[in-house]
Amino acid sequence: MKKLLILGAGTAGTMVANRLRRLLDRDEWRITIVDQHETHYYQPGFLFIPFGMYSKNDVIKPKRDFIPAGVELIMSPVELIEPDHNRVKLSRDGRIINYDFLVIATGAHTHPEETPGLQEHEWYKSIFDFYTVEGAVALAKHLRSWQGGRLVVNVVENPIKCPVAPLEFIMLADWFFHEQGIRERVDITYATPLPGAFTKPIASRHLGDILDQKGIHVVPEFMIEHVDPDARKIVSYDEQEIEYDLLVSIPLNMGDTVVARSGLGDDLNFIPVDKNTFVSPKHANIFVLGDAASVPTSKAGSVAHFAVETFSENFLRYIDGLEMQPSFDGHANCFIESGFGKGLLIDFNYDVEPLPGRYPLPGIGPFTLLQESEMNHWGKMMFRWMYWNILLKGQELPLPARMTMAGKWNDN
Amino acid sequence: MSTLVLNGISIKINEEGFLVDPSEWTREIAEEIAKEEGIAELTAAHWKVIEYCRQYGLESGKAPTLRTITNNAGVSTKEIFNLFPKGPAKKVAKISGLDKPEGCV
Repeated sequence: MKKLLILGAGTAGTMVANRLRRLLDRDEWRITIVDQHETHYYQPGFLFIPFGMYSKNDVIKPKRDFIPAGVELIMSPVELIEPDHNRVKLSRDGRIINYDFLVIATGAHTHPEETPGLQEHEWYKSIFDFYTVEGAVALAKHLRSWQGGRLVVNVVENPIKCPVAPLEFIMLADWFFHEQGIRERVDITYATPLPGAFTKPIASRHLGDILDQKGIHVVPEFMIEHVDPDARKIVSYDEQEIEYDLLVSIPLNMGDTVVARSGLGDDLNFIPVDKNTFVSPKHANIFVLGDAASVPTSKAGSVAHFAVETFSENFLRYIDGLEMQPSFDGHANCFIESGFGKGLLIDFNYDVEPLPGRYPLPGIGPFTLLQESEMNHWGKMMFRWMYWNILLKGQELPLPARMTMAGKWNDN
Repeated sequence: MSTLVLNGISIKINEEGFLVDPSEWTREIAEEIAKEEGIAELTAAHWKVIEYCRQYGLESGKAPTLRTITNNAGVSTKEIFNLFPKGPAKKVAKISGLDKPEGCV
C-alpha cells in the first residue's frame, strides 16, 4: 500500500482528500488526513456576521461530514514534520505516521498578539477582528448598539487571507450604517499598507473610485507599529496617527506553527513551492496546497479549488513517473460584496490582473467584472450552498480551472 | 519601458522605475535612483540594507519583503522607515536594482 498523508482538513485539505480518494485505487492507496479541530468554518461567511446577515450557525459544520469513506481522519495537533524521514509526529500519544507523499494544507491564521496594544484590555471592547468566528460574533453584538463615530479598518500586513474582504467589510459597513440611519454620524477610514485600495493597478483604481463615491477615506501606505488602546489611535512606523472610536483590525496572518517547528517556512511560516505545480523545491514528495503555500496569488478558497483541481490531475501523472505539467496559472475568482444588494466580481491569475468586462457562465451568467451588479451579489449568496454541497466534496463546478480572457476588456 | 541615462550610459527601466536587468546595477545607479526617490544621500546605514537586498535578490531572483529585511539585515522596522520613508520595501528594491517585491494579492 502506498501512503498519502494530508495535514489539515480545511478547505484545501478536504477538497484534495475527496478528489484523490475518487481518483486513486483503493487497493493501492491509503489516504490519511490529520486535523486538530472538529469544526469546519465557512470562512467567506465571517464577513456577513457583524452585520447580522449570517449567524454563527450558518458558517459551521463538523469536519467529519466532509471526509469521504476510505479516508482515515485523525484528530490531533501535528508536533513535527520530518521530511528527511518521510514521517510526521503527532502530538496525541506521540504517534508517528509514515508517508510516501505528503500534502501540507495547514492554512493561515491571524496573530493579533504580534501587534502591540491590539489584543489587550480593549480587545472585543473597542477593537475587533472579523477573521475569526469569535471576533465576528463579538463585533455583531457591538454594532447592534453602536451610536456612530470614527470607524477605522486596518490591515496590519500582507499577505492576508481573502485580500478583498477588508474592502467588502467597509462597503457593507457603509450600507449597514445607512440602513441603521446613522451613516452621517459615522466616519469610515481604511488604513492599508498597500499604495492604494487593492494590490493591482486597474482593480485598485476601480475599487478606489467606488470607495470614494461611498465617502470612504483611504489612507495608503500605512504600516501599523502599535495601537494605543487608551488614547484610541493607531500609530504607524513613520509616526502617522489615526484616531478611532471603533477599530476593526485584520491582524498579521501567518502559516501554522508546525511549519516553523519543522523548519519548512519563510519569515511568516508560509512554505515556498513551485507556483505551477505546488511541489516543494526541497522535497520531491511534499506538496503544499491552499493558504499554507507561499505563491504569488490570493490566499482564497477559489484559488485552493482551482489549485486542487489542477494538482489532482498532475499528481496522477507524477505517481506514474511522468513529469508534472506546469498547469496552475494562479487563477483566482472572487465576488466582492459592495453593499446595497450589489457586488463585483474579479477574475485573474499570475499574469493577468483583474480587468473589467463580463464573466461568462453558461445557464446562469454572465456576471459583470469589476462593476457592481445585483447578479454578483446573488452569485456570492449562492456560493455558500455551493461551498458546502459541491466544492468541499471535491465535485466538478462548471468553472474552468485555468483563467480565460473570454469577456474581458483589455483596452484600459 | 523607458531609459535612465547616467554618465552617457543608458539603463532600461520599466513603467514604475524598476531596473529591467538587475545586472546593469551599479552603486552610482543606486545613488541616482535614490535621489529620484527623495533620498539625497545614501549613508552607511542605507548601504547595509541595500547590500543585503542585492545579495538576497541575486540568490533568490526576487526582492525581499519588509519582514525578510528586518528579520535578517540587522535593521529594525522603525529604522528602515527612517532610512527609506513611505513604502521602504518597494523603495529599497528599486534602489537595489531589483524587481518590485511580489504583490500580495
